[in-house]
Amino acid sequence: MYVAVKGGEAAIRNAHKLLADRRRGDRSVPTLRLDQIVEQLALGADRVMSEGSLYDRELAALAIVQARGDMIEAIFLVRAYRTTLPRFGYTRAIDTGTMLVERRVSATYKDLPGGQLLGPTFDYTHRLLDPELAAGGEVAEPEQRAGEAEAMPRVSAILAREGLIESDGDMPEDHVPGDITREPLAFPMARDIRLQALSRGDEGFLLALGYSTQRGYARNHPFVGEVRIGEVELALDVPELPFAVPLGSIRVTECQMVNQFKGSAKAPPQFTRGYGLVFGQSERKAMAMALCDRALRASELGEDVVAAAQDEEFVISHSDNVQATGFVEHLKLPHYVDFQAELDLVRRMRAEHDARENAGKAEEKREAAE
Amino acid sequence: MDIVTQAIEGGFADPVFDAQTVFRAVMDAMARPGKLQPLPVFTRPPTPLSATAGAIALALCDNDTPLWLDPALQASATVKSWLGFHTGAPLANTPADAHFALIATPAEMMALDGFSQGTQDYPDRSTTLILEVSDLVSGAPLLLEGPGIEKTATIAPAQMPRHFVEQWKQNNQRFPRGVDIILATSEAIACLPRTTRIKTMEA
Amino acid sequence: MTAQPTDIATYNFAYLDEQTKRMIRRAILKGIAIPGYQVPFASREMPMPYGWGTGGVQVTASIIGPDDVLKVIDQGADDTTNAVSIRAFFKKVANVAVTTETAKATIIQTRHRIPEHPLSAGQVLVYQVPIPEPLRFLEPRETETRKMHALEEYGLIHVKLYEDIAKHGRIATTYAYPVKVEGRYVMDPSPTPKFDNPKMHRSPALQLFGAGREKRIYALPPFTDVVSLDFEDHPFEVQTFDQPCALCAAENVYLDEVILDDHGGHMFVCSDTDHCEKRREQGHRGHLAPEIPLALEKTEPAQ
Repeated sequence: MYVAVKGGEAAIRNAHKLLADRRRGDRSVPTLRLDQIVEQLALGADRVMSEGSLYDRELAALAIVQARGDMIEAIFLVRAYRTTLPRFGYTRAIDTGTMLVERRVSATYKDLPGGQLLGPTFDYTHRLLDPELAAGGEVAEPEQRAGEAEAMPRVSAILAREGLIESDGDMPEDHVPGDITREPLAFPMARDIRLQALSRGDEGFLLALGYSTQRGYARNHPFVGEVRIGEVELALDVPELPFAVPLGSIRVTECQMVNQFKGSAKAPPQFTRGYGLVFGQSERKAMAMALCDRALRASELGEDVVAAAQDEEFVISHSDNVQATGFVEHLKLPHYVDFQAELDLVRRMRAEHDARENAGKAEEKREAAE
Repeated sequence: MDIVTQAIEGGFADPVFDAQTVFRAVMDAMARPGKLQPLPVFTRPPTPLSATAGAIALALCDNDTPLWLDPALQASATVKSWLGFHTGAPLANTPADAHFALIATPAEMMALDGFSQGTQDYPDRSTTLILEVSDLVSGAPLLLEGPGIEKTATIAPAQMPRHFVEQWKQNNQRFPRGVDIILATSEAIACLPRTTRIKTMEA
Repeated sequence: MTAQPTDIATYNFAYLDEQTKRMIRRAILKGIAIPGYQVPFASREMPMPYGWGTGGVQVTASIIGPDDVLKVIDQGADDTTNAVSIRAFFKKVANVAVTTETAKATIIQTRHRIPEHPLSAGQVLVYQVPIPEPLRFLEPRETETRKMHALEEYGLIHVKLYEDIAKHGRIATTYAYPVKVEGRYVMDPSPTPKFDNPKMHRSPALQLFGAGREKRIYALPPFTDVVSLDFEDHPFEVQTFDQPCALCAAENVYLDEVILDDHGGHMFVCSDTDHCEKRREQGHRGHLAPEIPLALEKTEPAQ
């Protein structure tokens, strides 16, 4: 017998208690502290900050624990918090040219002012699982750089001096950058808006799209002009004060992709740029972003739009993993009202179909009998 | 009172709930054109800005919404600093840039088509006009019909703009483009969204 | 984790900050002024996933006040998990009275149904909308569909409906059935069954539609013409059911099919749980109604 129950509330409460229990796991294992995550799962926290669009390591760490390590869930938690925060103002644009660089590599020059600086990279590590880490062994202190660091001009600036690379964007002087968290997206979009969307876009999605351009789906002949990671200063203009107020620094990863370009009716042969910038340390994301940025400039540069990575509406509409996961996962919500409507239609159409078939068979039989 | 005090005082006493109450009255008025929505006094703005118009501005405007003031309001530095302090809304360079326009003397106001009408693609990018009127009963009666009105509604706002009925007909013809109007008296509001038609009073 | 919560993260009243509410409120006013037109708005991340009612929740959070009485339904029922969750959210962040009774609610947030009990003036029905664009599955590009709405160029959707007729002998759209509003904009009524479409036409209630992920708000003011698209020789018609509700014997309501066993046993019951309970309280009984009388708490005041 069917009895309508009011059990939803209790069921949800109990499910969440079970979730809390599973999140904690074996009580004899010490609880994770946020500083452990901040320090030892730093790149995970970086991804959460970057795609969560909120620079706060501690909150990112909290989100990671709360999400049981599910990164998209953690990003979602941070976004849902971020959106409630009042906006005090906009900082000045950061200057990555003055970055306190920890890592900087260029693929286009053997050596260059400031040098190649490997920094804390997985590159050239042999991917062998390390039992010593599992044992919690001591880690040696890193070597310190002797003396002051040399100035590190951006590779794009070096190329620009020769006039071989396009200028850095063509936004008018008085252009006020948009804000995708405050204004609805509209297509086609200006590059500043697009870059914001890409910067918070899903790493995996942009990686796959960037990869697709390398495999010939809108190939854009990329060279890593430079990847740099380090700290940049933030400064805020306050109307009452004659100078910009320093707010501290954030760690970012920047990728300047240099792409060969044969020229078009609109532009002379020169190198073009693809740009990537993300919070924290994530070269993969910054590079994938730069590939996508360049691919998405197809129309601007008079190239044919032939592949997914060049299709602005397609890429930007589907790059946000918080949106994507919500809509994919909403399919598990009850849909039985709509399903009932479809069921009814299919039943009726099926009955009509069967009636036609049977009538046809009866006709055949009669003809055969005659 | 000096200008600074006047600019700072007289805002919402309870910003969250006052804004909600004012918005709900505007929403209901917009959804039921011509129906009066009573509104208590929530703000004490400097003259010639009325308490009702001030409350609507505080409920709806902020630094994302350029605001245009009619010459009477424009002339008052106190009004400008009061609105600036409480809403943060920038003043629009031209009426066509304004998201909202505050009109203290509607009878002298410029033509409706001077404000932003939105575009065919984005008809929502139009100016919402907030007109201060003394009452909604002593002017020429307007017989209204359209969405939100079961059969017809009548209001008679005083001191309306010149040739208003003719101007409004043109506003209707621009649909989906066009401006929307909020009429504010000292104790109530009524709305004329662009879909509302004014029936000519004929036998 | 320590037992003491820290002040590492705090939230605002009704979750949304005031600036966000203003932005959404402005969009709602434009939606009301241009019935059926989808107003873009800077939808926020909400503490529930996109696709789970974030648009409806943002609309409700922006209009709700301390005197409101809120009802939340999903599939017509107050006790489906997502409806329970959203109701609990508003109890927590806005501390409003909640009810399951359609007639007592001032705001009803819904997914996939319009209540059977006729709505009245002063009520607001807030729809959760997944895909607000009625032309989206015919033309995936926003740039194109926006042009079509601007030019009132709706040939494509008529072609689609006509192809249905050519292929299946009938219009094979059973839910999210497109409507034309005041003879101008073609609008998606959200995935309600087409059974509910006639309830939108000239309803005395204000109807607001929120699509969070797609960042659109649209509206139907009261007493607005809402006409389901059709053809002269294939007029619009709603679903009909061959039997009444098994619990309350109601006819001409939308029914859910409930599977009773794995031998094909099933029963049909009201999708609108409040409507069904009300009728049973009035003594209506279907052929499978249980003997136990109903005793359910229907309204909880604000704390």
